[in-house]
Amino acid sequence: MSTLVVKDLTKTYLLRDGLRFSRLEAVKSVDFELTPGRTVALVGQSGSGKSTIAKLIAQLETPTSGTITLNGKPVGRRGRALAAYRDEVQMVFQDPFASLNPFHSIGHHLERPLLLHGKATKADVREKALALLERVNLSPAESFIDRKPHELSGGQRQRVAIARALAPEPSVLVADEPVSMLDVSVRLGVLNLLATLQREENLALLYITHDLATARHFSDEILVMYRGDVVEQGPSDDVILNPQAEFTKQLLVAAPEPGTNPRFLAEATRRGVPMPDHLAALEETT
Amino acid sequence: MAQTSSGRLAGLRRLLTPTFVIGAGLVIVITLFGLIAPFFVADPLAVDNAGMHGPTAQNVLGTTQTGQDVLAQLAWATRGSLMVGVIVAVLALFLSAFFGILGGYLGGWLDEVFSLFTNVVLILPGLPLMIVIGSYVQQRGLLLISIILAITSWAAAARVLRSQTLSIRNRDYVQAARIAGEKAHRIIAVEILPNLLPVMSSGFVFALITAILGEAGLSFIGIGVVGTQTWGSMLFYAQNGQALTLGAWWWFVPPGLMIALLGCGLSLINFSIDGIINPRLRTAPKQVKKAEKAEQVDKADDSAEQEEVMA
Repeated sequence: MSTLVVKDLTKTYLLRDGLRFSRLEAVKSVDFELTPGRTVALVGQSGSGKSTIAKLIAQLETPTSGTITLNGKPVGRRGRALAAYRDEVQMVFQDPFASLNPFHSIGHHLERPLLLHGKATKADVREKALALLERVNLSPAESFIDRKPHELSGGQRQRVAIARALAPEPSVLVADEPVSMLDVSVRLGVLNLLATLQREENLALLYITHDLATARHFSDEILVMYRGDVVEQGPSDDVILNPQAEFTKQLLVAAPEPGTNPRFLAEATRRGVPMPDHLAALEETT
Repeated sequence: MAQTSSGRLAGLRRLLTPTFVIGAGLVIVITLFGLIAPFFVADPLAVDNAGMHGPTAQNVLGTTQTGQDVLAQLAWATRGSLMVGVIVAVLALFLSAFFGILGGYLGGWLDEVFSLFTNVVLILPGLPLMIVIGSYVQQRGLLLISIILAITSWAAAARVLRSQTLSIRNRDYVQAARIAGEKAHRIIAVEILPNLLPVMSSGFVFALITAILGEAGLSFIGIGVVGTQTWGSMLFYAQNGQALTLGAWWWFVPPGLMIALLGCGLSLINFSIDGIINPRLRTAPKQVKKAEKAEQVDKADDSAEQEEVMA
């Protein structure tokens, strides 16, 4: 059982424009906890700092201040401590077209982490890679393992990316908008796969998204971010049904609802038909 | 195992495009000529009384002003020019890869220092520098000229490699390799380097062509390699012997043509390597193109018909 605790996490980027410097506070003292078997959704607009948090947790960036602890121990930044951290914390990237090296086969992408994390030996690495492909429902695995990424569809690539993240048998998984680049028709399949794997492997999952509907459906807890701040945090249903922060309310009304045809609504207002609450709220805020 | 070898075979088959076959054919023929022909031709420096005559049965490519056999000279010159080209290209490749890729990947102050150095070398005027060094040094051997050419020609390729590395370094697949726990040297060698191959191969070919041209230029003005014949030195003697004014085409056309053909062959190879490594650049087979064209024509016909109907 491992728990990842993020405390007071802050990341400030120093931007240079010629000789002038400016600071960009991408993440401002954020706290949350990832526990096994639970999914936390991180919701916010583009540029709100969601992906920065993913990179900080994946140790691709170093925080300006604040701490990330895994099982009570501060995370290792280099050497063996970092390797131990990577054993436990893995990440799935947003764009499956960019996250697989076009030069290497699917097998390479799975075999390397298996070998690096001591989950396979040279002798059985191919077998283990095949098993991973089956695990993410890419079967028959034999037909996928020797193919190059560009021969696969977006959904298949993202499944490979998930398999790669699972190769070190992590206990914490960060999924940075895992379906936003995918075709709408395959999104649900990939999300369901993530949910199944999370249940079966008892993963602590951080699901980053800008889609409130899937956040509510797939996660236990929702964090809403706005310009680097967490403006609202709580159990999914509470956040969706009883939003407290102004920004959460805006997010909720901004999501289109089936059955609300804007042209029909305009006609309805002209005739004096009362507008649904969530659309009236939208009118007020804009 | 069987699958990997069949994969390799497929890759080989993809390489065998008409472009590649023609390019490789040219380069192989010229290289073989440079390797083998010198063993069979007469002494290229042997002077004879029968000077400045066109092709005959005895001298297939005629003779120079002093009666030397042009074919023999061409054979030795091909060997010399190719040697200069290969040595320079290999040296330039190593230098540009070292400064470009390492600086680009590691970043920080190392990158700053490497970039500054690259930029300084880049603005060093190549030919004047070669002239200065060339006129200072008395023993201008093949290796010395090659090193001078390499030092003045790697910087542009290093800049291209650096910017490519900067772009690839931040791609998701490199980040993913970092998260998977790959070491820096392996990320450079296995994840980044293969994706730089098209750039590096074009850099190599470019360096090869520039080196051969640069050496030809140096030799043409009389400060090239001493003691080794090259295409440039042949052109130098042809110019001195007034081959152009006397219409002795058999003297200056062969070396000039060799330079042009080798450049052409190398460029063709480069295009097809590019197409293999970057599938997006791959040109569709003829049948596909034909089908697409036919489709477009159909569409155009349809819209034309529709317009008629509308009218």
